[in-house]
Amino acid sequence: MIIHSIFFYIFSIIAVFCAIMVTVSKNTVHSVFFLILDFITISCLFIMIGAEFIGMIMLIVYVGAVAVLFLFVVMMLNVSQQKNEWFTGEKNSHHIPVGLLIGTVIFFELIIVAGGWKYKPELLKNFSSIGIDLNTTNTHEIGKILYTDYIHLFQLSGMILLVAMIGAIVLTFRKREGIRRQSYFKQISRERKDAVELIDVENNKGVDINV
Amino acid sequence: MTEYINTLFTEVYKILFLLIPVLVAVAMIVWLDRRVWAFVQKRRGPNVVGPFGLFQSLADALKYMFKEIIIPASANKIIFILAPIVTMTLALISWAVIPFSENFVLANINVGILYLFAVSSLGVYGIIMGGWASNSKYPFLGAIRSAAQMVSYEVSIGVIIINVLLCTGSLNLTDIVLAQENLWFIIPLFPMFVIFFISALAETNRPPFDLPEAEAELVAGYQTEYSGMMYAMFWLGEYANILLMCSMGSILFLGGWLSPVDIYPFTLIPAPLWFIFKILLLFILFSLVKAIVPRYRYDQLMKLGWKIFLPLSLSWVVITSSYLYYFNLLPAN
Repeated sequence: MIIHSIFFYIFSIIAVFCAIMVTVSKNTVHSVFFLILDFITISCLFIMIGAEFIGMIMLIVYVGAVAVLFLFVVMMLNVSQQKNEWFTGEKNSHHIPVGLLIGTVIFFELIIVAGGWKYKPELLKNFSSIGIDLNTTNTHEIGKILYTDYIHLFQLSGMILLVAMIGAIVLTFRKREGIRRQSYFKQISRERKDAVELIDVENNKGVDINV
Repeated sequence: MTEYINTLFTEVYKILFLLIPVLVAVAMIVWLDRRVWAFVQKRRGPNVVGPFGLFQSLADALKYMFKEIIIPASANKIIFILAPIVTMTLALISWAVIPFSENFVLANINVGILYLFAVSSLGVYGIIMGGWASNSKYPFLGAIRSAAQMVSYEVSIGVIIINVLLCTGSLNLTDIVLAQENLWFIIPLFPMFVIFFISALAETNRPPFDLPEAEAELVAGYQTEYSGMMYAMFWLGEYANILLMCSMGSILFLGGWLSPVDIYPFTLIPAPLWFIFKILLLFILFSLVKAIVPRYRYDQLMKLGWKIFLPLSLSWVVITSSYLYYFNLLPAN
């Protein structure tokens, strides 16, 4: 198991380093790249403790989809100037108390979780009494639990996501006027007799065009 | 300690045993692509270097190696150099889980298909990084187009994979192939195979979906500023990805290494060869499409992905699962 712990420390050092670099680096795009590297190392850690399904899903969802959108927004909006102002401008004193408050809350929460894990293992057992069968793959196990015990929560989160999606579409969708849209149906159902007309043009007279 | 070192060396040996043939195959496949393309257009194609022009790709690689690598003055140097490396690495690491026969696989992991899907969804970073770091308009536009395209078509590929998984009940690639022993999934899931094929074309930025590098509009898209070996790495990564998509298609729908019929003359051919035949078949289809079909318009591409493929594949999930449930065919655990 020496190799296992060596890899664990390598990944955790990278993860912590990246997490620090996300906040420290001046260039916002670099921040996002560090965030992506952080996601990847975290999913490696998940795989190391045997949670392969969650690790892969983390890669697919966060790195493959969410972080790409992050990157888009950051590249397009040029947030870097704003970020520099936050760090160096006069405004920064407003953000420090709020940041400190949130930081302390998260820190104590982590202490409670980690402390409980270490000193009161029987406390955690009550929460994890689902009875996990180690012989099946953890995809099967997650499926069994998610679609039986937690089906209502699962459906509920699906509903929330659906509402959020519809909301986003409604907020950003605007129907622009004066644009000729392509309609496949119109294109295909157009026939020769609607489109072309043969007219004998008299000399020096011209033709009336009424479309 | 010696035990660890032994394991390390055997693993490295195995990896080299897999990677070197893959790299050679990528070089050969570039040649094949150009040949097929030429034959469709009644040209000869590359036929000068070596027999039938087989060594053309090697000659090209040599040329690239001796060319100067130019890094634009205003480029973000680290990310600019990282981009082709990322593309190439991601294209190669996915071969770790591809099963060439029942026992011939580097890592037989439980979530093999998710791994493939995750790695192919990471492929977009090489392109975005290259496009952004070049600090130039054409590469950036190309990168954005390409990223939007890959993210959109990934969705339908994911849903198609769900269709196959419903029939196998396992995420392991070896299990997926073994589940097709009696019936290849291309027969019951034929519409999904067609959609998978088209989505794979879009996912690998192949014609008719090669808008990211549409030379008439964007010079060469995200690769515009690259030269020499770095350009060659993008190129190799792209073709390795195409091969990977072909092998994914043959594992999911064409029964991987299984022979079409289990009778005497067919069983003589070893399993990995069958797998390679299927990959080649799909690849020749890829290059035929390249030669035959004109390029899509960008809004049509997005419409195809989101408004046609996604609803179709989603409804096919409903159909597959109801059929399996109704006839009690769901794979038991």
